[in-house]
Amino acid sequence: MMTERKIRVLVAKPGLDGHDRGAKIIARAFRDAGFEVIYTGLRQTPEQIVAVSIQEDVDVVAISLLSGAHGTLMPKVVKLLREKGADDKLIIGGGVIPDDDIPALKEAGVAEIFTPGTPTSVPIEFIKANVRQ
Amino acid sequence: MYDKEKLEKIKQDNRNYEADWEKGVEKLAAKGKKGERKDKFVTGSGASVNQLYTPLDIDIDYRSEIGFPGQYPFTRGVQPNMYRGRFWTMRQYAGFSSAEESNARYKYLLEQGQTGLSVAFDLPTQIGYDSDHPMSEGEVGKVGVAIDSLADMEILFNGIPLDKVSTSMTINAPASVLLAFYIAVGEKQGVTPDKLNGTIQNDILKEYSARGTYIFPPTPSMRLITDIFDFCTRNVPNWNTISISGYHIREAGSTASQEVAFTLADGIAYVNAAIIAGLDVDTFAGRLSFFFNAHNDLLEEVAKFRAARRIWAKLMKERFKAKSERSMMLRFHTQTGGSTLTAQQPDNNIVRVAIQTLAAVLGGTQSLHTNSKDEALALPAEDSVRIALRTQQIVAYESGVTETVDPLAGSYYVEALTKRIEDEAWAYINKIDELGGAVKAIEQGYIQKEIQDAAYEYQKEVEAGKRVVVGMNKFQIKEKPPQGLLRVDPSMGFLQAKKVAEMKSKRDGNMVQAILDELRSAAKGNDNMMPIMLKAAKAYCTEGEICDVLREVFGEYTPIQVL
Repeated sequence: MMTERKIRVLVAKPGLDGHDRGAKIIARAFRDAGFEVIYTGLRQTPEQIVAVSIQEDVDVVAISLLSGAHGTLMPKVVKLLREKGADDKLIIGGGVIPDDDIPALKEAGVAEIFTPGTPTSVPIEFIKANVRQ
Repeated sequence: MYDKEKLEKIKQDNRNYEADWEKGVEKLAAKGKKGERKDKFVTGSGASVNQLYTPLDIDIDYRSEIGFPGQYPFTRGVQPNMYRGRFWTMRQYAGFSSAEESNARYKYLLEQGQTGLSVAFDLPTQIGYDSDHPMSEGEVGKVGVAIDSLADMEILFNGIPLDKVSTSMTINAPASVLLAFYIAVGEKQGVTPDKLNGTIQNDILKEYSARGTYIFPPTPSMRLITDIFDFCTRNVPNWNTISISGYHIREAGSTASQEVAFTLADGIAYVNAAIIAGLDVDTFAGRLSFFFNAHNDLLEEVAKFRAARRIWAKLMKERFKAKSERSMMLRFHTQTGGSTLTAQQPDNNIVRVAIQTLAAVLGGTQSLHTNSKDEALALPAEDSVRIALRTQQIVAYESGVTETVDPLAGSYYVEALTKRIEDEAWAYINKIDELGGAVKAIEQGYIQKEIQDAAYEYQKEVEAGKRVVVGMNKFQIKEKPPQGLLRVDPSMGFLQAKKVAEMKSKRDGNMVQAILDELRSAAKGNDNMMPIMLKAAKAYCTEGEICDVLREVFGEYTPIQVL
């Protein structure tokens, strides 16, 4: 019998945003849900995030951003992952992100955006349903 | 506070009251009913709350623990007459996009009756990068105004006389640079440094533990801070040289007691650093100020402010042997709790902010920022900022709570809570002392871990429905996406990068280099760095250039990851 590989998630904080309460809560919730979690820490460039996600062979890249830079930084992570041929990873985002900005982020390749007030169970179920392992 | 005989009688009455209540509960239980809405009653911070508080719960000495306002231990406030003299300073934190746009917002706020300015800088400015730095991509002008050099600062305060307003600046790692820019703008307006009033946040320790906009490691950071203390004591005497902040610790998820404890532990570290740097405690301690959060549990928050004042007074008098009363006074700014706002049904946030405003005012704040209803969604639009300011004005002019000093003193519950928060905070302060002080406790991840545990616990309670957040996990409705959110012009980053490049091309490059070299030697030595900062500011050295020199000499902070 094959042992099922745990879902591996990178929780990433791109840009200069220092608000990591959400990132750390979601990282703990993912861990409690049975995922393997790696947290990048603050101030990672999109290049660094992509390098870690490839090196750690994660299934999911969960990007947390509250500084308003989501429109620039989230699509950049997706683009760089594609360039590295690592676009099989599920990319999700969370933070203070206006509804109006969500279609463009999805268009750019972010699978789903979770906004303030979302229970942690929602992204957990989303990952389980959509991850490609 | 009561004589023994009377207390004994109250004790008997209380026993009877409890026995009667128990009997009532048993009767209900026999009918299969419950006497209470829930099994456990707790404060916003999760501390258990009794059904009733009586004189039995405040067995403390009035004169030594509560006392009179304007007198040690300042539990009842730092001024003898509090808001009967004047109201707190109504100070809305604002700044976005360019210096021009922020300048227009400040003038609008002053016209609306705001009494002090509070500058929000964008993240590149807070972390010492110019707008054209690669790390600044996507961040320029987003969470605050972009300031690259004195040129931007001149525009920011254009038409605002610096001898007439007080200005608070939320700037930490590069606080000395922005203070130098401000002093230089003042001089251009003909206002000498001794006429300047305001505050720089300048609190690096909470950046490491909760807020995240650090640059340099602790040791050189503490030196920059004590240099500012020393410089301002002699040159900018009315300046609040630091705003020791619990706000962000609470936002990161701490409890009320942790907010007090970790803030005051940081305060202890700054006082120690300044004393080690050779300063006499009474020369700088009177210019220390604090910054706290106001959350929804009204009475717990009021108790928190009162407890914080009492602890700080005792620390300054007993541990640091301060002689001046001013050194023992905990003066503070308050901001209502950003993390309590919901993206759902944002109008409800107006009510939350009103409760939090009452908490700050009943707690004796010296200045206040009220959050706008749309801040869980975006930067606030002008209309919502006005409502937030009006909330303060309604509490000031209409609520009546300002007409006497510390009106909740003597409430059995509030005094008991004040004592409980004090006791819990002392326990943390003692623990941090054992770990070797706040810097060591942060380096070991102790403070971060405590905050994160509390944050995660709270989140789980909300998700389990044990804590109701109206509109979010109960009383939800279907909503249309909110309209009229403020947006920063996307071309802002590009324009600001162009602006800084143009400014650089017009400067005397040789002079800039010579000053940056001088700055480098100063950083390597032990002399106070503020005079050279001021020289660099006036020569239009950019913030990024100045911070790069300091990065080269001091290195950069590498955080410990705690999860």
